[in-house]
Amino acid sequence: MAEIFWGTIWPLILLVVYTLAIIVPLLVAVAYLTYAERKVIGGMQLRQGPMFVGPYGLLQPLADGVKLFFKETVIPSRANKGVFVIAPMLTFILALIGWAVIPFGDGLVLADINVGILYLFAVSSLGVYGIIMAGWASNSRYAFLGALRSSAQMISYEIAMGMIIISVLLTAGSLNLSDIVRAQAEQGWYVIWHFPMFMIFLVSILAETNRLPFDLPEDEASLVTGYNVEYSSMTFALFFLGEYANMILMSAMATILFLGGWLPPFDVAPFTWIPGPLWFILKICAVLFVYIWARATLPRYRYDQLMRLGWKVLLPISFGWLVLTAGVLVAFDLVPG
Amino acid sequence: MQVDQLARTILWEELVKGFSLTLRYLFRRKVTLNYPYEKGPLSPRFRGEHALRRYPNGEERCIACKLCEAICPAQAITIESEPRPDGSRRTTRYDIDMTKCIYCGFCEEACPVDAIVEGPNFEFAAETREELFYTKEKLLENGERWEREIAMRLEADAPYR
Repeated sequence: MAEIFWGTIWPLILLVVYTLAIIVPLLVAVAYLTYAERKVIGGMQLRQGPMFVGPYGLLQPLADGVKLFFKETVIPSRANKGVFVIAPMLTFILALIGWAVIPFGDGLVLADINVGILYLFAVSSLGVYGIIMAGWASNSRYAFLGALRSSAQMISYEIAMGMIIISVLLTAGSLNLSDIVRAQAEQGWYVIWHFPMFMIFLVSILAETNRLPFDLPEDEASLVTGYNVEYSSMTFALFFLGEYANMILMSAMATILFLGGWLPPFDVAPFTWIPGPLWFILKICAVLFVYIWARATLPRYRYDQLMRLGWKVLLPISFGWLVLTAGVLVAFDLVPG
Repeated sequence: MQVDQLARTILWEELVKGFSLTLRYLFRRKVTLNYPYEKGPLSPRFRGEHALRRYPNGEERCIACKLCEAICPAQAITIESEPRPDGSRRTTRYDIDMTKCIYCGFCEEACPVDAIVEGPNFEFAAETREELFYTKEKLLENGERWEREIAMRLEADAPYR
Protein backbone atom coordinates (compact mmCIF):
# COMPACT_ATOMS: atom_id res chain seq x y z
CA MET A 1 0.00 0.00 0.00
CA ALA A 2 2.74 2.41 1.02
CA GLU A 3 4.59 1.42 -2.11
CA ILE A 4 1.65 2.39 -4.31
CA PHE A 5 1.28 5.67 -2.42
CA TRP A 6 4.93 6.72 -2.70
CA GLY A 7 5.25 5.23 -6.17
CA THR A 8 2.24 6.63 -7.97
CA ILE A 9 -0.04 8.79 -5.87
CA TRP A 10 2.59 10.98 -4.22
CA PRO A 11 4.23 12.03 -7.52
CA LEU A 12 0.75 12.81 -8.86
CA ILE A 13 0.00 15.01 -5.87
CA LEU A 14 3.34 16.73 -6.29
CA LEU A 15 2.60 17.29 -9.95
CA VAL A 16 -0.74 18.87 -9.13
CA VAL A 17 0.88 21.10 -6.52
CA TYR A 18 3.61 22.19 -8.94
CA THR A 19 1.07 22.86 -11.67
CA LEU A 20 -1.05 24.96 -9.33
CA ALA A 21 2.06 26.77 -8.15
CA ILE A 22 2.53 27.90 -11.74
CA ILE A 23 -1.06 28.45 -12.82
CA VAL A 24 -2.40 30.38 -9.84
CA PRO A 25 0.32 33.07 -9.84
CA LEU A 26 0.00 33.17 -13.61
CA LEU A 27 -3.71 33.95 -13.45
CA VAL A 28 -3.08 36.64 -10.85
CA ALA A 29 -0.37 38.01 -13.14
CA VAL A 30 -2.85 38.02 -16.02
CA ALA A 31 -5.36 39.94 -13.94
CA TYR A 32 -2.77 42.50 -12.92
CA LEU A 33 -1.42 42.72 -16.45
CA THR A 34 -4.79 44.16 -17.48
CA TYR A 35 -4.49 46.62 -14.61
CA ALA A 36 -0.93 47.55 -15.59
CA GLU A 37 -2.03 47.98 -19.17
CA ARG A 38 -4.81 50.37 -18.24
CA LYS A 39 -2.55 52.31 -15.90
CA VAL A 40 0.33 52.62 -18.36
CA ILE A 41 -1.83 53.51 -21.33
CA GLY A 42 -3.71 55.95 -19.12
CA GLY A 43 -0.43 57.50 -18.03
CA MET A 44 0.78 57.87 -21.59
CA GLN A 45 -2.49 59.61 -22.46
CA LEU A 46 -2.23 61.85 -19.38
CA ARG A 47 -5.09 60.01 -17.70
CA GLN A 48 -5.05 58.29 -14.33
CA GLY A 49 -6.39 54.89 -15.26
CA PRO A 50 -8.49 52.90 -12.78
CA MET A 51 -8.64 54.76 -9.46
CA PHE A 52 -11.84 53.79 -7.69
CA VAL A 53 -11.86 50.14 -6.69
CA GLY A 54 -9.44 49.88 -3.82
CA PRO A 55 -6.38 52.10 -3.26
CA TYR A 56 -5.16 53.35 -6.65
CA GLY A 57 -7.71 51.03 -8.24
CA LEU A 58 -5.70 47.99 -7.24
CA LEU A 59 -8.78 45.81 -6.83
CA GLN A 60 -10.10 46.69 -10.27
CA PRO A 61 -9.06 43.36 -11.88
CA LEU A 62 -11.01 41.48 -9.18
CA ALA A 63 -14.06 43.64 -9.78
CA ASP A 64 -13.77 42.98 -13.52
CA GLY A 65 -13.48 39.27 -12.88
CA VAL A 66 -16.53 39.22 -10.62
CA LYS A 67 -18.49 41.23 -13.17
CA LEU A 68 -17.65 38.83 -15.99
CA PHE A 69 -18.40 35.85 -13.78
CA PHE A 70 -21.91 36.99 -12.94
CA LYS A 71 -22.93 37.90 -16.47
CA GLU A 72 -25.16 35.67 -18.48
CA THR A 73 -23.51 33.30 -20.95
CA VAL A 74 -25.27 33.91 -24.24
CA ILE A 75 -24.99 31.18 -26.85
CA PRO A 76 -26.30 32.40 -30.21
CA SER A 77 -29.12 30.18 -31.47
CA ARG A 78 -27.47 29.68 -34.84
CA ALA A 79 -24.07 28.88 -33.38
CA ASN A 80 -22.53 25.45 -33.44
CA LYS A 81 -22.90 24.97 -29.71
CA GLY A 82 -20.28 22.33 -29.06
CA VAL A 83 -17.50 24.06 -30.93
CA PHE A 84 -18.65 27.43 -29.64
CA VAL A 85 -18.13 26.33 -26.05
CA ILE A 86 -14.93 24.38 -26.68
CA ALA A 87 -13.15 27.23 -28.50
CA PRO A 88 -12.54 29.53 -25.50
CA MET A 89 -11.51 26.58 -23.35
CA LEU A 90 -9.03 25.50 -26.01
CA THR A 91 -7.55 28.99 -26.23
CA PHE A 92 -7.23 29.19 -22.49
CA ILE A 93 -5.75 25.71 -22.03
CA LEU A 94 -3.24 26.23 -24.83
CA ALA A 95 -2.15 29.48 -23.27
CA LEU A 96 -1.53 27.66 -20.00
CA ILE A 97 0.15 24.41 -21.08
CA GLY A 98 3.05 26.26 -22.66
CA TRP A 99 4.19 27.14 -19.15
CA ALA A 100 5.07 23.51 -18.45
CA VAL A 101 8.47 23.88 -20.12
CA ILE A 102 9.37 27.40 -19.01
CA PRO A 103 12.40 27.39 -16.71
CA PHE A 104 11.88 29.94 -13.94
CA GLY A 105 15.32 29.36 -12.54
CA ASP A 106 18.18 26.90 -12.86
CA GLY A 107 16.31 23.59 -12.55
CA LEU A 108 13.04 25.29 -11.64
CA VAL A 109 11.02 23.81 -14.46
CA LEU A 110 8.00 21.52 -14.44
CA ALA A 111 8.94 19.47 -17.52
CA ASP A 112 12.59 19.72 -18.50
CA ILE A 113 12.10 18.19 -21.93
CA ASN A 114 14.79 18.16 -24.60
CA VAL A 115 12.67 19.78 -27.28
CA GLY A 116 11.19 22.50 -25.06
CA ILE A 117 11.41 25.22 -27.67
CA LEU A 118 9.69 23.00 -30.23
CA TYR A 119 6.92 22.25 -27.76
CA LEU A 120 6.50 25.94 -27.00
CA PHE A 121 6.37 26.79 -30.66
CA ALA A 122 3.86 24.02 -31.35
CA VAL A 123 1.61 25.18 -28.50
CA SER A 124 1.66 28.79 -29.64
CA SER A 125 0.84 27.66 -33.18
CA LEU A 126 -2.09 25.61 -31.94
CA GLY A 127 -3.52 28.79 -30.42
CA VAL A 128 -4.89 29.64 -33.84
CA TYR A 129 -7.35 26.72 -33.56
CA GLY A 130 -9.17 28.26 -30.65
CA ILE A 131 -9.61 31.46 -32.60
CA ILE A 132 -10.70 29.91 -35.85
CA MET A 133 -13.09 27.56 -34.06
CA ALA A 134 -14.61 30.53 -32.25
CA GLY A 135 -14.99 32.47 -35.47
CA TRP A 136 -16.51 29.58 -37.35
CA ALA A 137 -18.82 28.36 -34.59
CA SER A 138 -20.19 31.84 -33.90
CA ASN A 139 -21.86 31.82 -37.32
CA SER A 140 -21.37 35.56 -37.51
CA ARG A 141 -19.65 37.51 -40.28
CA TYR A 142 -17.54 39.70 -38.04
CA ALA A 143 -16.37 36.79 -35.96
CA PHE A 144 -15.53 34.76 -39.05
CA LEU A 145 -13.59 37.59 -40.69
CA GLY A 146 -11.70 38.15 -37.47
CA ALA A 147 -10.82 34.48 -37.24
CA LEU A 148 -9.65 34.37 -40.86
CA ARG A 149 -7.45 37.40 -40.37
CA SER A 150 -6.08 36.01 -37.16
CA SER A 151 -5.13 32.64 -38.62
CA ALA A 152 -3.50 34.16 -41.71
CA GLN A 153 -1.57 36.59 -39.54
CA MET A 154 -0.39 34.06 -37.00
CA ILE A 155 0.80 31.67 -39.69
CA SER A 156 2.69 34.44 -41.52
CA TYR A 157 4.52 35.66 -38.48
CA GLU A 158 5.24 32.22 -37.13
CA ILE A 159 7.52 31.55 -40.09
CA ALA A 160 9.65 34.59 -39.34
CA MET A 161 9.65 33.62 -35.67
CA GLY A 162 10.74 30.11 -36.60
CA MET A 163 13.74 31.46 -38.51
CA ILE A 164 14.70 33.67 -35.58
CA ILE A 165 14.45 30.75 -33.19
CA ILE A 166 16.63 28.60 -35.46
CA SER A 167 19.34 31.29 -35.37
CA VAL A 168 19.25 31.14 -31.58
CA LEU A 169 19.25 27.34 -31.57
CA LEU A 170 22.30 27.22 -33.83
CA THR A 171 24.19 29.46 -31.45
CA ALA A 172 23.06 27.64 -28.32
CA GLY A 173 23.33 24.14 -29.74
CA SER A 174 20.29 22.85 -27.87
CA LEU A 175 16.50 22.73 -28.06
CA ASN A 176 16.23 22.56 -24.28
CA LEU A 177 15.17 25.92 -22.86
CA SER A 178 17.31 25.58 -19.73
CA ASP A 179 20.34 24.72 -21.87
CA ILE A 180 19.69 27.77 -24.05
CA VAL A 181 19.83 29.96 -20.96
CA ARG A 182 22.95 28.18 -19.69
CA ALA A 183 24.59 28.71 -23.09
CA GLN A 184 23.90 32.42 -22.68
CA ALA A 185 25.72 32.35 -19.34
CA GLU A 186 28.86 31.40 -21.24
CA GLN A 187 28.40 33.27 -24.50
CA GLY A 188 26.64 36.41 -23.29
CA TRP A 189 22.99 37.21 -23.83
CA TYR A 190 21.74 36.64 -27.36
CA VAL A 191 20.18 40.09 -27.39
CA ILE A 192 23.78 41.25 -28.01
CA TRP A 193 24.70 38.73 -30.71
CA HIS A 194 21.31 38.60 -32.35
CA PHE A 195 20.15 42.16 -31.71
CA PRO A 196 18.31 42.64 -35.05
CA MET A 197 16.62 39.29 -34.52
CA PHE A 198 15.55 40.37 -31.04
CA MET A 199 13.84 43.43 -32.47
CA ILE A 200 12.16 41.36 -35.18
CA PHE A 201 11.16 38.84 -32.54
CA LEU A 202 9.48 41.60 -30.55
CA VAL A 203 7.54 42.66 -33.64
CA SER A 204 6.61 39.07 -34.38
CA ILE A 205 5.30 38.34 -30.90
CA LEU A 206 3.09 41.42 -31.15
CA ALA A 207 1.62 39.94 -34.31
CA GLU A 208 1.56 36.41 -32.91
CA THR A 209 -0.57 37.40 -29.92
CA ASN A 210 -2.77 39.73 -32.01
CA ARG A 211 -1.78 42.82 -30.10
CA LEU A 212 -1.60 46.37 -31.35
CA PRO A 213 -0.37 47.53 -33.84
CA PHE A 214 -1.26 44.13 -35.35
CA ASP A 215 -4.60 43.50 -33.65
CA LEU A 216 -6.51 43.23 -36.91
CA PRO A 217 -8.41 40.12 -35.77
CA GLU A 218 -10.15 42.27 -33.19
CA ASP A 219 -10.11 45.54 -35.06
CA GLU A 220 -12.79 47.49 -33.19
CA ALA A 221 -13.33 49.95 -36.00
CA SER A 222 -14.08 47.43 -38.73
CA LEU A 223 -14.90 44.15 -36.99
CA VAL A 224 -16.48 45.25 -33.69
CA THR A 225 -14.17 42.94 -31.73
CA GLY A 226 -13.55 40.20 -34.26
CA TYR A 227 -13.59 36.53 -33.40
CA ASN A 228 -14.97 36.96 -29.88
CA VAL A 229 -17.85 39.24 -30.80
CA GLU A 230 -20.54 36.65 -29.94
CA TYR A 231 -18.98 35.66 -26.64
CA SER A 232 -20.05 36.88 -23.23
CA SER A 233 -19.43 36.20 -19.57
CA MET A 234 -16.98 33.42 -18.72
CA THR A 235 -16.53 32.27 -22.31
CA PHE A 236 -15.34 35.77 -23.15
CA ALA A 237 -13.26 35.88 -19.99
CA LEU A 238 -11.48 32.70 -21.06
CA PHE A 239 -10.51 34.30 -24.38
CA PHE A 240 -9.35 37.36 -22.54
CA LEU A 241 -7.32 35.37 -20.02
CA GLY A 242 -5.93 33.27 -22.84
CA GLU A 243 -4.81 36.32 -24.79
CA TYR A 244 -3.05 37.86 -21.81
CA ALA A 245 -1.55 34.55 -20.67
CA ASN A 246 -0.23 34.19 -24.21
CA MET A 247 1.32 37.63 -23.98
CA ILE A 248 3.14 36.62 -20.83
CA LEU A 249 4.17 33.32 -22.39
CA MET A 250 5.62 35.08 -25.42
CA SER A 251 7.43 37.52 -23.15
CA ALA A 252 8.86 34.57 -21.26
CA MET A 253 9.97 33.09 -24.58
CA ALA A 254 11.69 36.33 -25.56
CA THR A 255 13.33 36.43 -22.14
CA ILE A 256 14.66 32.89 -22.42
CA LEU A 257 15.84 33.17 -26.00
CA PHE A 258 17.40 36.63 -25.90
CA LEU A 259 17.49 38.13 -22.43
CA GLY A 260 19.24 35.31 -20.60
CA GLY A 261 16.28 33.83 -18.69
CA TRP A 262 17.08 33.75 -14.99
CA LEU A 263 20.61 35.12 -15.37
CA PRO A 264 21.51 38.45 -13.74
CA PRO A 265 22.73 41.11 -16.19
CA PHE A 266 26.24 41.09 -14.70
CA ASP A 267 27.75 38.25 -12.73
CA VAL A 268 28.93 40.51 -9.89
CA ALA A 269 27.84 41.10 -6.31
CA PRO A 270 24.77 43.36 -6.19
CA PHE A 271 23.16 41.63 -9.17
CA THR A 272 23.77 38.08 -8.00
CA TRP A 273 22.01 38.75 -4.68
CA ILE A 274 18.66 38.85 -6.43
CA PRO A 275 17.49 35.26 -7.01
CA GLY A 276 17.15 33.94 -10.56
CA PRO A 277 13.35 33.58 -10.72
CA LEU A 278 13.03 37.23 -9.73
CA TRP A 279 15.32 38.28 -12.57
CA PHE A 280 13.23 36.14 -14.86
CA ILE A 281 10.02 37.84 -13.74
CA LEU A 282 11.58 41.30 -13.98
CA LYS A 283 12.66 40.63 -17.55
CA ILE A 284 9.21 39.34 -18.44
CA CYS A 285 7.73 42.53 -17.01
CA ALA A 286 10.10 44.60 -19.13
CA VAL A 287 9.00 42.82 -22.31
CA LEU A 288 5.36 43.16 -21.27
CA PHE A 289 5.91 46.88 -20.80
CA VAL A 290 7.06 47.02 -24.42
CA TYR A 291 3.80 45.31 -25.41
CA ILE A 292 1.74 47.93 -23.60
CA TRP A 293 4.02 50.74 -24.70
CA ALA A 294 3.56 49.74 -28.33
CA ARG A 295 -0.19 49.72 -27.83
CA ALA A 296 -0.11 53.26 -26.49
CA THR A 297 2.18 54.49 -29.25
CA LEU A 298 1.33 52.91 -32.56
CA PRO A 299 -1.76 53.05 -34.76
CA ARG A 300 -3.17 49.85 -36.23
CA TYR A 301 -1.66 48.48 -39.42
CA ARG A 302 -3.68 47.99 -42.56
CA TYR A 303 -4.05 44.32 -43.40
CA ASP A 304 -2.00 44.36 -46.62
CA GLN A 305 0.74 46.31 -44.83
CA LEU A 306 0.77 43.67 -42.13
CA MET A 307 1.15 40.88 -44.66
CA ARG A 308 3.82 42.79 -46.58
CA LEU A 309 5.79 43.42 -43.41
CA GLY A 310 5.61 39.76 -42.44
CA TRP A 311 6.44 38.16 -45.77
CA LYS A 312 8.55 40.74 -47.57
CA VAL A 313 10.51 42.33 -44.76
CA LEU A 314 10.75 40.24 -41.61
CA LEU A 315 10.96 36.85 -43.30
CA PRO A 316 13.82 37.73 -45.72
CA ILE A 317 15.75 39.49 -42.97
CA SER A 318 15.42 36.61 -40.56
CA PHE A 319 16.36 34.16 -43.34
CA GLY A 320 19.41 36.25 -44.17
CA TRP A 321 20.41 36.39 -40.53
CA LEU A 322 20.00 32.63 -40.23
CA VAL A 323 22.37 32.08 -43.16
CA LEU A 324 24.79 34.62 -41.70
CA THR A 325 24.70 32.97 -38.27
CA ALA A 326 25.26 29.53 -39.73
CA GLY A 327 28.05 30.87 -41.95
CA VAL A 328 29.85 32.58 -39.09
CA LEU A 329 29.54 29.53 -36.85
CA VAL A 330 31.01 27.25 -39.52
CA ALA A 331 33.67 29.66 -40.72
CA PHE A 332 35.11 30.30 -37.28
CA ASP A 333 34.53 26.72 -36.16
CA LEU A 334 32.22 27.81 -33.35
CA VAL A 335 29.45 25.23 -33.89
CA PRO A 336 28.43 24.15 -30.37
CA GLY A 337 27.97 20.59 -29.15
CA MET B 1 19.29 61.47 -49.83
CA GLN B 2 18.28 57.90 -50.43
CA VAL B 3 21.04 56.57 -48.21
CA ASP B 4 19.86 58.95 -45.52
CA GLN B 5 16.30 57.70 -45.89
CA LEU B 6 17.45 54.08 -45.86
CA ALA B 7 19.49 54.62 -42.73
CA ARG B 8 16.53 56.21 -41.00
CA THR B 9 14.32 53.27 -41.94
CA ILE B 10 16.81 50.64 -40.82
CA LEU B 11 17.48 52.40 -37.52
CA TRP B 12 13.72 52.75 -36.91
CA GLU B 13 14.09 56.49 -36.43
CA GLU B 14 10.35 57.20 -36.48
CA LEU B 15 9.57 54.37 -34.09
CA VAL B 16 12.24 55.51 -31.67
CA LYS B 17 10.88 59.06 -31.77
CA GLY B 18 7.31 57.92 -31.23
CA PHE B 19 8.16 55.55 -28.42
CA SER B 20 10.29 58.10 -26.62
CA LEU B 21 7.45 60.61 -26.87
CA THR B 22 4.95 58.28 -25.23
CA LEU B 23 7.50 57.36 -22.58
CA ARG B 24 8.03 61.03 -21.76
CA TYR B 25 4.29 61.52 -21.48
CA LEU B 26 4.08 58.67 -18.97
CA PHE B 27 5.97 60.81 -16.46
CA ARG B 28 4.04 64.03 -17.03
CA ARG B 29 1.46 65.30 -14.59
CA LYS B 30 -1.92 63.70 -15.23
CA VAL B 31 -4.65 66.06 -16.36
CA THR B 32 -7.63 63.96 -15.28
CA LEU B 33 -9.47 64.96 -12.13
CA ASN B 34 -10.54 62.14 -9.89
CA TYR B 35 -14.07 63.50 -10.21
CA PRO B 36 -16.25 62.84 -7.22
CA TYR B 37 -13.24 63.47 -4.95
CA GLU B 38 -11.62 66.25 -6.97
CA LYS B 39 -13.52 68.96 -8.79
CA GLY B 40 -12.54 71.63 -11.22
CA PRO B 41 -12.83 75.36 -10.41
CA LEU B 42 -16.18 77.07 -11.07
CA SER B 43 -16.68 80.64 -12.25
CA PRO B 44 -18.82 82.88 -9.99
CA ARG B 45 -21.07 83.18 -13.04
CA PHE B 46 -21.60 79.45 -13.24
CA ARG B 47 -25.27 78.73 -13.84
CA GLY B 48 -26.29 75.58 -12.04
CA GLU B 49 -29.28 74.48 -10.00
CA HIS B 50 -31.76 77.22 -9.12
CA ALA B 51 -32.45 78.49 -5.64
CA LEU B 52 -34.84 81.00 -4.06
CA ARG B 53 -33.15 83.19 -1.50
CA ARG B 54 -34.39 84.81 1.72
CA TYR B 55 -33.41 88.04 3.48
CA PRO B 56 -31.26 87.66 6.59
CA ASN B 57 -34.40 88.15 8.74
CA GLY B 58 -35.94 85.07 7.11
CA GLU B 59 -38.40 86.86 4.81
CA GLU B 60 -38.65 85.57 1.24
CA ARG B 61 -37.03 87.90 -1.25
CA CYS B 62 -39.38 87.05 -4.10
CA ILE B 63 -42.08 89.71 -4.57
CA ALA B 64 -43.96 87.85 -7.31
CA CYS B 65 -43.19 90.43 -10.01
CA LYS B 66 -43.14 87.56 -12.52
CA LEU B 67 -40.30 89.10 -14.55
CA CYS B 68 -38.49 85.79 -14.53
CA GLU B 69 -41.60 83.99 -15.73
CA ALA B 70 -41.94 86.51 -18.53
CA ILE B 71 -38.32 86.40 -19.70
CA CYS B 72 -37.85 82.64 -19.44
CA PRO B 73 -37.23 81.55 -23.06
CA ALA B 74 -38.09 77.95 -22.30
CA GLN B 75 -41.21 78.90 -20.32
CA ALA B 76 -40.04 76.68 -17.54
CA ILE B 77 -41.21 78.94 -14.71
CA THR B 78 -44.80 79.05 -13.41
CA ILE B 79 -45.76 81.59 -10.74
CA GLU B 80 -49.03 82.24 -8.91
CA SER B 81 -49.39 84.92 -6.29
CA GLU B 82 -51.80 86.71 -3.92
CA PRO B 83 -51.44 89.42 -1.27
CA ARG B 84 -50.67 88.20 2.19
CA PRO B 85 -52.72 89.37 5.24
CA ASP B 86 -49.96 91.94 6.04
CA GLY B 87 -50.47 93.46 2.60
CA SER B 88 -47.20 92.32 0.95
CA ARG B 89 -47.30 90.46 -2.34
CA ARG B 90 -45.81 86.98 -2.19
CA THR B 91 -45.93 83.89 -4.37
CA THR B 92 -48.21 81.00 -3.52
CA ARG B 93 -46.64 78.86 -6.19
CA TYR B 94 -43.21 79.05 -7.78
CA ASP B 95 -42.45 76.03 -10.01
CA ILE B 96 -39.47 75.49 -12.25
CA ASP B 97 -39.54 72.58 -14.65
CA MET B 98 -35.85 71.65 -14.61
CA THR B 99 -36.35 69.41 -17.63
CA LYS B 100 -37.38 72.45 -19.68
CA CYS B 101 -34.85 74.88 -18.26
CA ILE B 102 -31.95 75.72 -20.57
CA TYR B 103 -29.84 77.33 -17.82
CA CYS B 104 -29.55 80.65 -19.68
CA GLY B 105 -29.57 82.66 -16.46
CA PHE B 106 -32.12 85.22 -17.70
CA CYS B 107 -34.34 84.69 -14.63
CA GLU B 108 -31.43 85.57 -12.39
CA GLU B 109 -30.67 88.69 -14.45
CA ALA B 110 -34.30 89.77 -14.60
CA CYS B 111 -34.86 89.49 -10.87
CA PRO B 112 -34.91 92.95 -9.23
CA VAL B 113 -34.37 91.58 -5.70
CA ASP B 114 -31.81 88.78 -6.32
CA ALA B 115 -34.41 86.23 -5.23
CA ILE B 116 -34.08 83.61 -7.94
CA VAL B 117 -30.46 82.66 -8.59
CA GLU B 118 -28.61 79.88 -10.28
CA GLY B 119 -26.22 78.43 -7.75
CA PRO B 120 -22.99 76.48 -8.09
CA ASN B 121 -24.58 73.05 -7.75
CA PHE B 122 -24.58 70.97 -10.91
CA GLU B 123 -25.01 67.56 -9.28
CA PHE B 124 -28.77 67.28 -9.00
CA ALA B 125 -29.40 64.34 -11.30
CA ALA B 126 -32.56 62.44 -10.36
CA GLU B 127 -33.93 59.03 -11.14
CA THR B 128 -37.39 60.19 -12.24
CA ARG B 129 -38.76 63.13 -14.20
CA GLU B 130 -41.05 64.10 -11.32
CA GLU B 131 -38.10 64.83 -9.07
CA LEU B 132 -37.00 67.51 -11.55
CA PHE B 133 -40.27 69.48 -11.32
CA TYR B 134 -39.05 71.87 -8.62
CA THR B 135 -41.60 73.51 -6.35
CA LYS B 136 -41.29 76.61 -4.20
CA GLU B 137 -40.44 74.51 -1.13
CA LYS B 138 -37.65 72.73 -2.95
CA LEU B 139 -36.26 76.03 -4.29
CA LEU B 140 -36.33 77.71 -0.90
CA GLU B 141 -34.65 74.69 0.62
CA ASN B 142 -31.93 74.95 -2.04
CA GLY B 143 -31.58 78.61 -1.11
CA GLU B 144 -30.96 77.70 2.52
CA ARG B 145 -28.51 74.97 1.64
CA TRP B 146 -26.45 77.04 -0.82
CA GLU B 147 -26.86 80.54 0.65
CA ARG B 148 -23.22 80.90 1.72
CA GLU B 149 -21.84 79.94 -1.72
CA ILE B 150 -24.47 81.96 -3.55
CA ALA B 151 -23.77 85.10 -1.51
CA MET B 152 -20.04 84.72 -2.10
CA ARG B 153 -20.58 84.33 -5.81
CA LEU B 154 -22.89 87.32 -6.07
CA GLU B 155 -20.36 89.42 -4.22
CA ALA B 156 -17.48 88.22 -6.41
CA ASP B 157 -19.38 88.99 -9.57
CA ALA B 158 -20.97 92.27 -8.42
CA PRO B 159 -18.21 94.59 -9.81
CA TYR B 160 -18.87 93.29 -13.32
CA ARG B 161 -22.65 93.55 -13.30
